[in-house]
Amino acid sequence: MIARLRLAARKGLRTGPAPVADHPMEVRGLTVSYGGKPAVFSVDASFHAGSMTAIIGPNGAGKSTFLKAALGIVPRVSGQVTAFGRPLGTARARIAYVPQRASVDWDFPARVIDVVLMGLYRKLGLLRPVTRADRGFAMDCLARVGMEGFAGRQIGQLSGGQAQRVFLARALAQRADLYLLDEPFAGVDAATERAIIEVLKGLRAEGRTVVAVHHDLATVADYFDRVLLLNVRRIAEGTLAEAFTPEALQAAYGGRLATSHLDRLATV
Amino acid sequence: MAGAWRRPISTGWPRSEMLDLGYNTMLVATGATLLGISAGVTGTFLYLRKRALVSDAISHATLPGIGLAFILMVAFGGDGRNLAGLLAGSALSAWLGLLAVQWLSRRTRLAEDAAIGAVLSVFFGFGVVLLTVIQTMEAGRQAGLDSLLLGSTAGMLRGDALLIAAGGALTLALVAILRRPMEMVAFDEAHAAAMGLNVPRVDLATMALVLAVTVVGLKIVGLILIVALLIIPPVAARFWSDRTGRVALLAGAFGGLAGMAGALVSASAPALPTGPVIVLTAFALFAVSLFFAPARGVAAKLIERRRFRERVHLRQGLLALAQGQPIYEAYTLRLLVRDGLARPDGVATQDGAGRAAKALRDERRWAEARAMPAHEAVSQRYDGLTEIETMLTPDQIADLDGRIGGPRGVA
Repeated sequence: MIARLRLAARKGLRTGPAPVADHPMEVRGLTVSYGGKPAVFSVDASFHAGSMTAIIGPNGAGKSTFLKAALGIVPRVSGQVTAFGRPLGTARARIAYVPQRASVDWDFPARVIDVVLMGLYRKLGLLRPVTRADRGFAMDCLARVGMEGFAGRQIGQLSGGQAQRVFLARALAQRADLYLLDEPFAGVDAATERAIIEVLKGLRAEGRTVVAVHHDLATVADYFDRVLLLNVRRIAEGTLAEAFTPEALQAAYGGRLATSHLDRLATV
Repeated sequence: MAGAWRRPISTGWPRSEMLDLGYNTMLVATGATLLGISAGVTGTFLYLRKRALVSDAISHATLPGIGLAFILMVAFGGDGRNLAGLLAGSALSAWLGLLAVQWLSRRTRLAEDAAIGAVLSVFFGFGVVLLTVIQTMEAGRQAGLDSLLLGSTAGMLRGDALLIAAGGALTLALVAILRRPMEMVAFDEAHAAAMGLNVPRVDLATMALVLAVTVVGLKIVGLILIVALLIIPPVAARFWSDRTGRVALLAGAFGGLAGMAGALVSASAPALPTGPVIVLTAFALFAVSLFFAPARGVAAKLIERRRFRERVHLRQGLLALAQGQPIYEAYTLRLLVRDGLARPDGVATQDGAGRAAKALRDERRWAEARAMPAHEAVSQRYDGLTEIETMLTPDQIADLDGRIGGPRGVA
């Protein structure tokens, strides 16, 4: 634990105020449109090394779309994305994405361990067989999310929280430096939420970067150190003190949040 | 040379010689088996991608290509029945059909199912018109192109069988190479894309493999029923396994069995179209899987549901006995009597009284455990039926007992 902190401290010293080009992810003027209506309009964002950023905003604000477009999963109308100072396509090995749990069919014929092993695809390629060491590593990833006892389980038998942990284990198997998660806490039980946040904080302590679409404003200040506030456009971005303010929240959510509620949330 | 090549394979084996299969019948059976294997394995990935019906559009779109290839080959003075030529033509028009489906579903507001319907009927209609035209041609009268609709091994040439066997084997090898990307895209498209896989290209490769199976299978299965050989084997195999690799292998085995059965039956009864025999064999395998597969089969599900019902009723009955409440449901009482836990008048036997007290005690233990943060994880798996000893250690149970306030008579 101490060694880990020391490592993080050293990393922090070395990177200091990182040069812009080396941010794990740098998004410029990103616009995505569904059927002629922009879902995300000209958004700039930069995710800083060793930080945990929450992407927040009201329903339909384009949070998930922003994440998917930044990763090139949905086509963008305009905008540039660089990762670790390079074009996105050449940095994919350093990026892990955790989609929304509901986006896949959990009756798919696969066991928990099979899903985690999919995280090793970049290493295995088309033909390299899965070795015992690969399996052991996948089991380690499952252990980090507390799911090692479920390796042989069919994925359709998992609860929502367990499924979410398996998705996180698959991302861990990628040994990435940047983790992008889409609503990792949506519909999961309290134990899973704690387990996931512990893993994410562990990643940050190792100097890795975490970005998560998040919907629970009450936990933003506990879990994250930076926010990107979106409502189609970028409303605010920065540290909690800079961007998680009553004014910014009011601007993003409009009348959907009571002012007293905003004040309570943003007293950090 | 040309004469040897053109020598039709005789398939009119008398029944008594069925076991003494000739070389030619063996060759046809091998081709049909390989085709069935590659159809089952390829079809698995199509089915898992939930785009099974695209294969129907692909297969129907082969028909105009067959007709045009025949007309062209005759026009250039060749033999219009040359299988390689016909398959090349069918592949081209099927490819056009596939591109049309993709273009319609991506670039217009048409959903994929509507696009499939439109492409399928237009291409097939055009093909039927071409076949009618060919019927009026001098060379077309004995062309026998209609055998490509339902498949036939009667009069198949040795070269044709070799072509089919080689095509099936090649497709199978390509599926083996592409299995990981196809599986990843089928399971989680977004994650696959984020890992750098080109999803449209993987999909196109899958469809190209389906197209290859379709074209190779035209002669044996026929274009109308090839979709069944692509889809039924994986659907049947899915009942037996929860792992993609095994589903694919088993689907290959089912498809291969169906293909072989079709070829052998046709060898003894040349009048039967081969395609329907193959499809009926595949369906028989599907029916057996549907009813008798362990875990996912209908019979297993029925038994499982019944066992679950029994456990629920027994548990409720025991709790009612422990608390001195009447047992309302006749079914519950019947189960208790069957297991020797109660008398027909609803009074607990000695054995029943002991089990009842234990059931009530476990309820209290669970109530305590579920209130404790330390047991949160295990509490989530609590279903009211599982024995507490299988989920908590004796020490933990003793600790719970201490909190409840000492043992109350029953261990």
